[in-house]
Formats: sequence, C-alpha cells, structure tokens
Amino acid sequence: MALKGEIVVDIEKCKGCEVCLAHCPTETIAMVDAVNGKGYHYMQDIHGKCTGCTNCAVVCPDGVITVYRVKV
Amino acid sequence: MADTITKAEIINPENLVYKKTSMMTNNVLSYCPGCGHGTAHRIIMEVIDEMGLQAKTIGVAPVGCSVLAYDFMNIDMQQAAHGRAPALATAIKRLHPEKTVFTYQGDGDLAAIGTAETIHAANRGENFTIFFINNGIYGMTGGQMAPTTLEGMKSSTTPYGREWQRMGHPLKMTELIAQLPGTYYVTRQAVHTPVSVRKAKKAVRTAIELQQQNKGLTFVEIVSNCNSGWKMTPVQANQWMVDNMFPFYPLGDIKVDGELVKK
Repeated sequence: MALKGEIVVDIEKCKGCEVCLAHCPTETIAMVDAVNGKGYHYMQDIHGKCTGCTNCAVVCPDGVITVYRVKV
Repeated sequence: MADTITKAEIINPENLVYKKTSMMTNNVLSYCPGCGHGTAHRIIMEVIDEMGLQAKTIGVAPVGCSVLAYDFMNIDMQQAAHGRAPALATAIKRLHPEKTVFTYQGDGDLAAIGTAETIHAANRGENFTIFFINNGIYGMTGGQMAPTTLEGMKSSTTPYGREWQRMGHPLKMTELIAQLPGTYYVTRQAVHTPVSVRKAKKAVRTAIELQQQNKGLTFVEIVSNCNSGWKMTPVQANQWMVDNMFPFYPLGDIKVDGELVKK
C-alpha cells in the first residue's frame, strides 16, 4: 500500500521563501519560473511524487499549503 | 488501480489531512517571506482551535513586527503599549479569570522596554501564558541591536559586531524568568523545521493546559529568524540560527512542573 498525496498552494499568498523545499522527503516540490501578483516565485508539486506527509504545510510560515492524501 | 486515481479524486474534503486553521484570518501576513512569526501564530491558533477555546481566549498583541497580530488571529485581541502586554494581561486575567489569556511578544518588547512588567508578572505568578518570539534583533525598526543580540553579531547599530565591554552581554530572558517562583512551566522552542514546529505546538498546548489549571505563569520562548534584519535569505537565516543562536539559546524545557530541569 502506498500513499498518494496532493497539495494545493494558495499561489497569491505564497511569498517564495523556499523554507519548505528542504523538508520534502521526495523532493517533489520546487519553485516555478512563473510569478504571482506580488512578483514572488511560488512553490508547486512539479514531479507528482507527493506522499501527503504535510511537512511543507507544517513549516510554511504563511500557511498557504493544503494537503490531501489517499491510500492506493 | 493505483495508476488511475486522478488529481481531482484526491482533492476531496474526505482526503484532507492538513489545512490552515480557521482561527487564522484570510488576511495576508504582513511579515517578511520566511519569518517565523507566521508559523508561531499558526501553531498557537491551532492549539486554541483543537481545545475549542475560540470564544474563551483573549490575546494581547505587542508593539513590534507582530503589532498587527490582531489582524491575523481570529479571536478577541487587545493591543498593549510597548512592553506593557504582561501588565494588560494581568488586568484581563484578574477581571476574567475564566478566560484563557496570552501575550505574544517579541524580544525588543519583552526583553527591553517591558522587562519590568515581564519579571513582575512572572514573580506574582499571574495565570496567563507568555509567548516570546526571540530573533535577537529589532526587526521592525530596521535591525538595531536588541538585548538578546548575540556577542559579535552584526546589526545596524553594531556594524562591527556586539562587544560586551561596551554594549553588555546578551540577555537570557527565559533562564531569568525560570528562576522566579511564580512561573510553573518555562520552555524554549523553535519553528524552523517540521519537527521543531510539532514540538513547539506540543509546548504551546502544555502551557495553555497548565494555565487552565491555574498553576502560575507559563512561558514559551520561540527562537526565530529575522532574515531581513540579519541580511540573509530565509534558508540561510534558518541555518545561521541553528549554527549561532542555538548554542547560546539551547532548545528544550527549562522549568517543568515548577521545578528547574537539571542539565
């Protein structure tokens, strides 16, 4: 049984601090080249390997990440 | 089939495992990117939410970066004069002993201008909780030296580093508070990694629970970064904090159940 997760990032509230990146165990999240309305690069799950561990959401200073998880 | 589950199927309310608590308002935080204040706000509000205390809690906001805490915390808040949050919280707690009362203060507020209020509230054993966010600098006004600034640390008023001969030693406020008989639970935490955030949240919960048992003052210090004051990126600032702040401000419980923890 594996865990499959998805994150939803509130793009306009992400400030691109990159604190979350180092804490992702599968290194699936990264900053994207695009910028939000305030000019910050924002974080996204770009490799689709999220396990829904919630590490990024717990450490995010702005609380912009919502995490969903299913067992598959 | 494992391969056929779609993104839309996963993003469903029944699969939700983590979401920002509704005790935080939807306002965009006024803090710099990567600032520990946001995480500290959130874990306090998560504990208030989990304990069902939204209507029974009164917070006191300080002066400093977190002066706008009342815009972000979705509970009853009061704004104190600079450093006077413990005095105000004393009055609130004495008038409403059934309410949960906490102050949320930075190091410039609690350890400099408000030292007298803090020490005397702790010595009287008032039944409220102090959350002390220590980043070793005056962040809001442009990174000046604070009492908690480390020796040799550069700030805008100590451009060659702090020397104790002229500028004094850094003040370990939490150890000082722990010496007073009025305090019951004194601890130091951080919020830079998921592990430390979870530990800090547990400490916040312990502090609020002990306050409800009227045990005395509970004090939670959270060592935080100030990346704009320290002139670093958020990730560098967190690393600098681990390398320099933690040796001087070691994490862990300092006083538990009214007894100093023996090291």
